[in-house]
Amino acid sequence: AGPEMHFGFQSVTEEERREKIYQVFESVAKKYDVMNDSMTLGIHRLWKDILVHKMNPSPGTLLLDVAGGTGDIAFRFINYVRSVRQQQLQRKLKHHQNLSWQEIFESYQEDKLNSLGDSQVVVCDINREMLKVGKQKAQQLGYSEGLSWVLGNAEELPFDDDKFDVYTIAFGIRNVTRIDLALQEAYRVLKPGGRFLCLEFSRVSNPLLSRLYDLYSFQVIPVLGEVIAGDWKSYQYLVESIRQFPPQEELKEMIEDAGFFKVDYENLNFGIVAIHSGFKL
Amino acid sequence: GTARLSHSDPRGWDGRGVQEEEEEEGWQQLYPGHIPTSPLQKALLAAGSAVMALCDPYRHDMVAVLGETTGCLALPNLRDKMKHHPEGYRILQERPRIRLSTLDMARLRGLPDGSLGREYVRFLEDNRVSPDTRMPPKFVDDEELAYVIQRYREVHDLMHTLLGMPTNMLGEVVVKWFEAVQTGLPMCVLGAAFGPVRLSARKLQVLATELVPWAIRSGRNASCILNVYYEQRWEQPVESLREEIGIFPPP
Repeated sequence: AGPEMHFGFQSVTEEERREKIYQVFESVAKKYDVMNDSMTLGIHRLWKDILVHKMNPSPGTLLLDVAGGTGDIAFRFINYVRSVRQQQLQRKLKHHQNLSWQEIFESYQEDKLNSLGDSQVVVCDINREMLKVGKQKAQQLGYSEGLSWVLGNAEELPFDDDKFDVYTIAFGIRNVTRIDLALQEAYRVLKPGGRFLCLEFSRVSNPLLSRLYDLYSFQVIPVLGEVIAGDWKSYQYLVESIRQFPPQEELKEMIEDAGFFKVDYENLNFGIVAIHSGFKL
Repeated sequence: GTARLSHSDPRGWDGRGVQEEEEEEGWQQLYPGHIPTSPLQKALLAAGSAVMALCDPYRHDMVAVLGETTGCLALPNLRDKMKHHPEGYRILQERPRIRLSTLDMARLRGLPDGSLGREYVRFLEDNRVSPDTRMPPKFVDDEELAYVIQRYREVHDLMHTLLGMPTNMLGEVVVKWFEAVQTGLPMCVLGAAFGPVRLSARKLQVLATELVPWAIRSGRNASCILNVYYEQRWEQPVESLREEIGIFPPP
């Protein structure tokens, strides 16, 4: 049967856990974004903005967003490099004061085809339904350039060594069954000098806040799941899995064990969420 | 028996296993599909499902959840009515279920026109509905009461048949009024009161002047509709069954 692991507060084998988690995300995919907004009152958007700002990608960056399902990080990354690129172009133009209108027009043309400055993001997710939703969103929102969607497992990535400048995993590592393997894979596919960034729910140490957070999590969130998505059980799993996930220091150690250097973390909202960062040298 | 409920305060990482705590405080699954809930959760569910059912009438699951979370007084009442009636008592013991797999549709179709079985099948076919789409109960914390609400849901289509009402908005509202009087379930009362909101003025008039008064009179006059073992009365003519229960002929 295999070693006993946790699925939320239940005890399951490794294989059962993978299957159950796949089913959870298959079930929630269509309402994923709506539920995120409802549960966090829209604050998850800020958390993701902060992650991309911390990344501070420059044009030409190659990003791998793992467990990126519905594309939230990928789209933010694209917006960010686009605006950085815009600023670059404007600065360039400012320096070319003596160009004719023809020359300026031509330079605009050239750069229009390169609005991302060769930046690229690969969204990798193990769940077909989540990827489907992500692709639909991309189409609706008009994202196509510099974006690819790959079906893959964080524990065994379908990419070569030393390929990416940045690796992100936002609210995904909690659902990975072998976190150590995922971290090793992250290390493997990053270029030397590459950065690992992880955004995830973490431990609230403040006791009063912790009680309120628990109350909200266990009393309200499954109800929201039932009312909005007709799915109590997936959201019960979600809040339980947050409690089962290693706290900040322990995750930091795990990241260091995978070979990363200069590993640190930043708490957001008193530790409800934390961003861990590390570098491959 | 009934489950004792506790406010859930599970410790995941460094406290004792939640399994122990759950078993200690009676936080158990009483029947397949049962989700134990705290009083706070029930209150939130009741409020949320009410709003959602109003906003999106296609969310039948929300109507079901509303019924379960607000039925804590009405359901024991109904169960007691069943217990004290010979036929109702038998139903509680034998727990019949109305589903396509247990019904002999061919036989029912072959019964004479005007019989309960024939008219029920006709109703299902005309309105293109099936008894299998009823939601199983999740939030009722008593296994017997869960059956009572399940029985109420499965008997709903028979109500349509006995009252002669189609499954359009108007027909549903009329049946809700009848059920509200019969069962006292808050969900029926709310459905009866808010359902008409989406009807046209003309329909509202018919509703108010003829249909609702008749539904209320019938509901009051009739014996408890859950005390009828419908599965043993397929051959009985609808009119005779109506008279026996005490439902007045539809206008």
